[in-house]
Amino acid sequence: MPKITSVEELRKLREKVQEEMATRTETGTTIIVGMGTCGIAAGARETMRAILEELKARNIEAHVTTVGCIGMCAREPLVDIEQAGKPRITYGNITAAMVPRLIEEHLIKGNVVTEWVVGRLPTDQETH
Amino acid sequence: MTEPIYRADVLVCGGTGCVSSGSLKVMEVLRAELERVGLSQEVRVVETGCRGFCAQGPIMVIYPDGIFYCQVKPEDVPVIVEETLLKGRIVQRLVYSEPESHTNVPLYENIPFYEKQQRVTLRNCGIIDPERIEEYIARGGYEALAKALTTMTPEQVIEEVKASGLRGRGGAGFLTGLKWEFTAKAPGDVKYVVCNADEGDPGAFMDRSILEGDPHSVIEGMIICGYAVGAHEGYIYCRAEYPLAIKRLKLAIQQAEEYGLLGENILGTDFSFRLKIKEGAGAFVCGEETALIASIEGRRGEPRPRPPFPAVQGLWGKPTNNNNVKSYANIAQIIANGAEWFAKIGTPRSPGTAIFALTGKVRHTGLVEVPMGITLREIIFDVGGGILNNKRFKAVQTGGPLGGCLPESGLDLKVDFDSLRQAGAVMGSGGMIVVDEDTCMVEFSKYFLTFATAESCGKCVPCRVGGRRMLELLTKITNGEGTLEDIAKIEEIATGMENGSLCALGQLTPGPIRSALRYFREEFEAHVTEHRCPAKQCTALIQYVIDPNKCTGCGRCRRACPVQVIAGDRRMIHVINQAGCIKCGTCYEVCPFDAVVKVSGETIPVPEAPIPVGTFKPVETQA
Ligand SMILES: Cc1cc2nc3c(=O)[nH]c(=O)nc-3n(C[C@H](O)[C@H](O)[C@H](O)COP(=O)(O)O)c2cc1C
Ligand code: SF4
Ligand code: SF4
Repeated sequence: MPKITSVEELRKLREKVQEEMATRTETGTTIIVGMGTCGIAAGARETMRAILEELKARNIEAHVTTVGCIGMCAREPLVDIEQAGKPRITYGNITAAMVPRLIEEHLIKGNVVTEWVVGRLPTDQETH
Repeated sequence: MTEPIYRADVLVCGGTGCVSSGSLKVMEVLRAELERVGLSQEVRVVETGCRGFCAQGPIMVIYPDGIFYCQVKPEDVPVIVEETLLKGRIVQRLVYSEPESHTNVPLYENIPFYEKQQRVTLRNCGIIDPERIEEYIARGGYEALAKALTTMTPEQVIEEVKASGLRGRGGAGFLTGLKWEFTAKAPGDVKYVVCNADEGDPGAFMDRSILEGDPHSVIEGMIICGYAVGAHEGYIYCRAEYPLAIKRLKLAIQQAEEYGLLGENILGTDFSFRLKIKEGAGAFVCGEETALIASIEGRRGEPRPRPPFPAVQGLWGKPTNNNNVKSYANIAQIIANGAEWFAKIGTPRSPGTAIFALTGKVRHTGLVEVPMGITLREIIFDVGGGILNNKRFKAVQTGGPLGGCLPESGLDLKVDFDSLRQAGAVMGSGGMIVVDEDTCMVEFSKYFLTFATAESCGKCVPCRVGGRRMLELLTKITNGEGTLEDIAKIEEIATGMENGSLCALGQLTPGPIRSALRYFREEFEAHVTEHRCPAKQCTALIQYVIDPNKCTGCGRCRRACPVQVIAGDRRMIHVINQAGCIKCGTCYEVCPFDAVVKVSGETIPVPEAPIPVGTFKPVETQA
């Protein structure tokens, strides 16, 4: 372990570990991968891995969680992206290969990838 | 093997409480199971310190969702992995269930036990891995040290601590900043910083939980103190019965040294500070600061008269600042967030939070951190969930064996150092024992007195002899042989001890009896004037009697009585021969018809010998 010899070095270490511990803090973005038996059979585990790698490579803070079968088995792997204040978007048939574009468009550029969308949940405000 | 990228953290409590309920095994099975299903690269297992909800342990919290599972057994792990970690579903049967409404509360932040709590001193406990300094740093750790060393003078640090109004958490509530100033201003080149982690109160475990769950918070506070008072060496005096705390402290010190946060030229500045651990043998009186210092020096742990105070003449005769674990654990946050931030928490004269080890007859026992100024009612009924088995609240003892008790009328007292002291209880070590209507207050004060008396170091006569005399008199009372003069005598001895003892042990030993006499005097008097124990607990003053109108002649009690003093036969009313009864209570427990009753100071008419069921007529017929 190198010694920390300045406040700047301490801050740098702090930021680095904070990223590691991001699952324990708020991020505002949640990605949910369908992990029912159907999802796993369709390659959801690989999709999950691809998402985690992409987020890390691009340094994006997001929570990634899972959900069981929601009854749209033909569209698995299903990936939902939920961002504070925006509608929750459900994408269908997302394979590992599609993940980079999905993240690039939705999370970085802020565009919904319309051709992959299978559902949309309104925000809390919109329902009232 | 792919590099791990974690999407979920499973926090398992590795505090002493949860370890004893089996959390290490849970962790072991969890790691193996994650490996087996191929999730070990996505889900991380983190061993944390105590979350306080010990009665529900082992406790597991799964992030990012914040799902809270309690009483997790190794057998539950495969289901948790399959359902929650793989498929994102909550396992309802492991979720905390509200005892009143039977509703399940799956999320950590919604559990009533935590809702009224405010985690300041314990903010990292149960959240971080105490064996990784990096996690402490990620939560802002050592920023305060950096701020103090690079932007503040020692005087400014002391001013900040003074302005925060922080009062020592070791019992007496002395102003921490003022104490630091005394040490800083005391003449001398060599000074020391000491942390009192003796925690001798048998019911308290908050200091242990901090040392186990967030050791760096104490270390950082001590280094800042060293800088402020001009000391380069510190000692943590920790009781040897806390092996896990000592292990984590040692590791924490080592990691801090490796990062250059402790040792020579901290953070590249010219300030150096070394820290050592001294294991104590565990005598209660060694928690008294002068005895503690003597013990570190290798002498007998006996108090000496003050002044001179340790701030002037402490360890090896040098100016020494001694504070409690919790006092140090608050320092970094005060420096980082400012005195004003801290002063806003709690009450104006007792800022900050209070930590209690809540035990006794409440639904949720455990470690509780609440803002000062909260009422006892809120602590006991909201955080603690009320009294077990729908019994009535009777009293709450605060401050441990040297504290005092408060009755129901004290429940709305706003808790802080001064209010408790005025009411005859004290903040003390933070123990909080709740008792219900089945507790005899004479017996209850005897329990604390027995502890304190055994711990007297024997140096002063009032403490050594007075405690024993009081114990004899109390035993006389619980045996039904006491007199009103005995009660007066107890009070007289108490005054003698309070005035004539050298240290607070002798001075405060009478505390529990004093307060019990203040609030429950009629209960003491009932023992001596009516030979009656209102709570029906003092064996000498109670009788087990079989109610002739309820006995069905089943014979269960007769067969269960270990000394065979119950007479009776099939379909005959059973009768206890009082002369031979050893009052073991077995008959009372086994009777399926609740026909055996416990009485004290009253008599129920019973036949002299067994007669057929249904034929009993009391001698003096009542109208
Ligand atoms: C018999 C006795 C036992 C004590 N035990 C402890 C203890 O276990 N921990 C502690 O911090 N203070 C204990 N104290 C109080 C210490 O003497 C001292 O006041 C305290 O450590 C000061 O720290 P503070 O200013 O941070 O409260 C005890 C005092 C007495 C008389
Ligand atoms: S008061 Fe009791 S414990 Fe304290 S120094 Fe005297 S004899 Fe020892
Ligand atoms: S209290 Fe015990 S000894 Fe007495 S009668 Fe009942 S069972 Fe027998």
